[in-house]
Amino acid sequence: MSPGDKKHLAVGLLFISPWIVGFFLFLLYPMVSSLYYSLCRYPVLKPPEFIGLGNYARIIHDEYFWKALANTAFMFIELPLMVVLGLALALLLNQGVRGMAFFRTVFYLPAIVPVVASAMLWLWIYNPEYGLANVMLAKLHLPGLRWLVDPRTSKPSFILMDLWGIGGGMIIYLAALQGVPEHLFEAAELDGAGAWQKLIHVILPSISPVMLFMIIMGTIGLFQYFTQAWIMTTPRGGPEYSTLFYALYLFQNGFEYFRMGYACAMAWILFVVILGATVVILKTSQRWVYYEESR
Amino acid sequence: MKSKTVKRRVTMVVVYAMLLGFGFVFALPFVWLVSTSLKADDAVFEFPPYWIPSRKERIKVDGKPRGLFTFRQQGETVKVVRLAESPQGARVRVLEPQTRAGEEMTVAPELLEPVRYIFFRWENYPRALKTFPFLLYARNTLYIAVLCVLGTLLSASIVAYGFSRVRWPGRDIMFILVLATMMLPDQALVLPRFIMFRHMGWIGSFKPLVVPAFFGTAFDIFLLRQFFLTLPGELSDAARIDGCSELGILWRIIIPLSKPALATVALLTFIWAWLDFMGPLVYLNDESMYTLALGLAAFLGRHGADWSGLMAAGTVVIAPIIIIFFFAQRTFIRGIALTGMKG
Repeated sequence: MSPGDKKHLAVGLLFISPWIVGFFLFLLYPMVSSLYYSLCRYPVLKPPEFIGLGNYARIIHDEYFWKALANTAFMFIELPLMVVLGLALALLLNQGVRGMAFFRTVFYLPAIVPVVASAMLWLWIYNPEYGLANVMLAKLHLPGLRWLVDPRTSKPSFILMDLWGIGGGMIIYLAALQGVPEHLFEAAELDGAGAWQKLIHVILPSISPVMLFMIIMGTIGLFQYFTQAWIMTTPRGGPEYSTLFYALYLFQNGFEYFRMGYACAMAWILFVVILGATVVILKTSQRWVYYEESR
Repeated sequence: MKSKTVKRRVTMVVVYAMLLGFGFVFALPFVWLVSTSLKADDAVFEFPPYWIPSRKERIKVDGKPRGLFTFRQQGETVKVVRLAESPQGARVRVLEPQTRAGEEMTVAPELLEPVRYIFFRWENYPRALKTFPFLLYARNTLYIAVLCVLGTLLSASIVAYGFSRVRWPGRDIMFILVLATMMLPDQALVLPRFIMFRHMGWIGSFKPLVVPAFFGTAFDIFLLRQFFLTLPGELSDAARIDGCSELGILWRIIIPLSKPALATVALLTFIWAWLDFMGPLVYLNDESMYTLALGLAAFLGRHGADWSGLMAAGTVVIAPIIIIFFFAQRTFIRGIALTGMKG
C-alpha cells in the first residue's frame, strides 16, 4: 500500500467511523449477545444462565411456535397481490391520465397513515355490528361477516386491510415505469407489438429489478408482521390463536412471559429463515430479473 | 389510423373508470373516519349508517320527547309524531299537511321513516383531546423526530461522503456491508437492544429512540451516497488544490449542492419517527413521555367503545401527515421512488 493509499484509507475510515461505531454498538453487539442469550435461561430480572440448546429444543416442541409460523406463512398470500395490484395501479396511472397528481395522492395517502391510526380505523370498519365492511356487503345483498372476531376470516381481514396501503409500492413502480427507455417501445411498435406484448416483453423485463426489490422487502416485512395484530386483536393473537404471528409471539415471549432466552432463540431462527428466503429469492431471480447490459 | 384513435379513446374510458372506482374504494375509509368522528353516539350505532352525521328529530309532546316520522299515504307525504306502540302498529298524530293536523291513527311501523337533521358533534374533538393529551404527545413526538432528523442529517452526510467522495481500498466491500444491514429484521433486534439499553439505564428515556440516529442509518447513507456520486469530481479537486480540508469540502461544497437530497432524508426520517410504534412501545414506560402513536394505542385500549372519540383522535393524528404530504409532495415522491432504485 502506497503512502497515498494509506492516507486515503485513514480519511475514508474517519468519515465512515460514525457508521462503524453504530454498527458495532447497535447491530453486531446486540446480535452476538442475543446469540448467547438464546443459549440461556434468561427471565430478565435474573442474570442469564447457560443451558445450551435447550431453548431450541423446546421451540421444536412448542405447538404455538408452529402455529405462529403457519399463520405467518398464510400471510404470504398477500405478497403476489401486493406486487401485482401495486403494479396494476401504477400502469393505470402511467397511461398519461389527467389529474395524475390527484389520483396519486388518493392512492398514496393510506400508505403514510400511522399504522396505529389505520389499525384503529380498520378495527371500526370491521366492527361486526356497525362497521363499514358489513355496510358494503349489505349494499351488495351479501350477509355480514364477523371479520377479525372469526378465526376463519381474521387473517384475510388483515390482508384486505394491507391492500389499502399498496400506494407505497405503486409510487416505486411509477418511478420505474417512467424510467423505461423510450426506444424500446419504439422498437416494439415497429415489430407490431400490441399493448399486452409490450407489457410482457418491454415493461416487465425493464422493471424486473424493482419487482425483485419489492418482493424481498415484502418478504422481510411479512415475517415481521406485528403492529396490526398487536393493536387489533383481543386477546392478542386471537381468536383461537388465528392471528398469533411470529413476531407477535416473539414479542410476547420476551416482554410478557419474560422468557428472553427463548425469545432470542426465536429471533435467531427468524434471522436464519429471512436470510434463507432472501437467498432463495435472489437465486431464482437470476432467471427472471433483467439487468441492462450497459451497466 | 382512425380505428387506432377510437381504440385509444375506449382504452382511456376504461382507464378512467377503473381509476375512479379504485379511488372511491381507497377514499372511503377516510370519509368513514371523518364522518364517524363527527357523529353523536346514537348516530354511531346505527345500521345502515348515514354518511352525513345526523340525528333523528324529536319534539316534546305532553312533556315527553317523541320521534318525528314521515310516511307516504295516497300519494302525499304525511309528517307525524309517534305517540305509542300497540299490537296493531304505531300510534301517531299528524302534524302536516296542515289540513289534517291533530288527526290520530295507527300505522304499520315499517312504513315510518324517521325525520333526520344534520348534526355535527364537534364536541367529540375536545372530548377526545382531553382523554388523549394530544399536545403533550405531539411535543414528545416532535422532540424525538427533530433530534432524529438532526442526527441523521449530520451522520449520514459525513458517512456518505466517506463512501462516495474519497477513494480508499475496501470502500465498496464496506458499502455492501452497509446495504446488507438494511435486510436485518428490526423485530429480531429489538430484544437484544432492549437488554443492552436496560444495562445502560436508558429504558424510560428518549435516548434509545434518538441516539442511534447519530450513527447513520443504512438507508439514508445509501440515499445520500447515490446523490453525492452524481456531483462532478472536479469541484472537490479544485478545492483540494486550494488547500481545503475534506470536511471543509463536505461542508462548503457538497452540502449546499445537495439540498434536495438532504430534504428528502429529513422528510423521510421525520415521517418515520412520527409513525414508529414498536420503538416507543418497547423503550418508553412513563405515560407522560408517550408519542402520538403510542398514546393513540393506549387510548384505544382504554376507551375501545368510544368510536367517535377514537376517530376524532385518529383524525388529529393523521391530519399533520397529510398536510406535510401536500406541502412536500415532490420531495416525498422522489424519496419513495429512490427506495426502489438500488444500484
